[in-house]
Amino acid sequence: MRFTKDHEWVKVDGDIATVGISKHAADALGDVVFVETPDAGKAVSKGDSFAVVESVKAASDVYAPVSGEVVEGNAVLASAPETVNADPEGEGWFAKIRVSDASQLDALMDRAAYDAFLATL
Amino acid sequence: MTDQALKTTPLNAAHRALGARMVGFGGYDMPVQYEGVLAEHRWTREHAGLFDVSHMGQCKITGADAVTQFERFVPGDYQVLKSGRQKYSLLLNESGGIIDDLMAGKPDHDGLFVVVNAGNKDEDFAFWEANLQGDAKLTVLDRALIAIQGPEAAEVMAAHDPVFNDFGFMDSARLMLFGVDCYVSRSGYTGEDGYEISVPAADAERIWNAILKDARVKPIGLGARDSLRLEAGLPLHGHDIDASTSPVEGALTFALSKSRKEAADFNGADRILKELADGPSRVRVGLSVKEGAPAREGAEIADLDGNIIGTVTSGGPSPTLGRNIAMGYVPPAFAELGTDLKVLVRGKPAAAEVVAMPFVAQRYYRKPKV
Repeated sequence: MRFTKDHEWVKVDGDIATVGISKHAADALGDVVFVETPDAGKAVSKGDSFAVVESVKAASDVYAPVSGEVVEGNAVLASAPETVNADPEGEGWFAKIRVSDASQLDALMDRAAYDAFLATL
Repeated sequence: MTDQALKTTPLNAAHRALGARMVGFGGYDMPVQYEGVLAEHRWTREHAGLFDVSHMGQCKITGADAVTQFERFVPGDYQVLKSGRQKYSLLLNESGGIIDDLMAGKPDHDGLFVVVNAGNKDEDFAFWEANLQGDAKLTVLDRALIAIQGPEAAEVMAAHDPVFNDFGFMDSARLMLFGVDCYVSRSGYTGEDGYEISVPAADAERIWNAILKDARVKPIGLGARDSLRLEAGLPLHGHDIDASTSPVEGALTFALSKSRKEAADFNGADRILKELADGPSRVRVGLSVKEGAPAREGAEIADLDGNIIGTVTSGGPSPTLGRNIAMGYVPPAFAELGTDLKVLVRGKPAAAEVVAMPFVAQRYYRKPKV
């Protein structure tokens, strides 16, 4: 699993990247009450806002950590947005993206680097 | 770390000891949540929530002319207000706009005790300093303010002192509690029964901890305070009402006392009476948002033809109802209950309907008539 400075995570299996928000991000948001995930077929570029996550208080953008084509949004989150709090780095994933440029993954942090980054915040 | 620019309440250390997440609000470093907004919201609706609202402004207006001078800038009848009672009112500018909303009461025999919003208090106090004439003196009180709200609030407080049972909704008194001089009212900002207790700053932490010892009580942050007041249909100044909105537009005509309307002797009376007679150009309504994301402050409101007719001023999920609610301004032609409208969230239209406020029934305690 790799992480961005915007607190998204990516887990790659073949050319499919599963993307979500980190436990740190989910904890910071508090109770998630609404998630808008992208539809299959949508093309996303690294850094684009491709999903929205809302707590009781506010809406936050979620940015694509890699470029590619969305192959699936997590439909579970529409009816059970609290899954993001319960299991942010597992069942609470946002989307699966077919990665168009695997080299983008190299720029992301591994768990140790992300933990070190969190310690600086 | 505390932001250097932010002030702290006498309960700041207590919030930190409880593990609160702190944010800046109204110039103060305040707890936004402890265990989580949803849990705190539900706890307050089911049990009793304890709130630090010491950031709010507290003052006395005293002197032989205190009440008549105070009345020049509010539309409520404070001359007939009985000792031991308080009343919600609106501080109005000359054009009838709402400078602030407030609670003012007669807890003792020494003028009025007034509580105003944190973000406006400096402006309010300066306004009274500049405008009160004759024998009317403003004294700002540097005290803490603790609110306890929820269906178990009365039982919790009666265990500390049975005198709490003697209060009906909007009763106000100054008395010795917890061994110190307190102002108490049976009121709040959640739609629930409960009390607001003004205590000396030096005693705040001791009293806060004494009330929190009760297992029925949990500390509640500003996040849940906002979602609770939204469900109760209560406006938040600076968002749902402001210096441009009148009491008629703000759907706060209950705050216009009959005697004062007849006398037409308060700031902005011309505009307000005209709006009462002819109707305002816009009015605050409640909206049930039937699909999609929460519609928050700033979201546009459209009619079914897609014409933009207004703006959401507050909105979010209602934990009690399990759906999204909002309040906002629309022209009176669209304000009838049951009117179908759209709200635009990130450009996407979602179905909404004008519904009655409060969204969740208020449960204030009214004393049985003897």
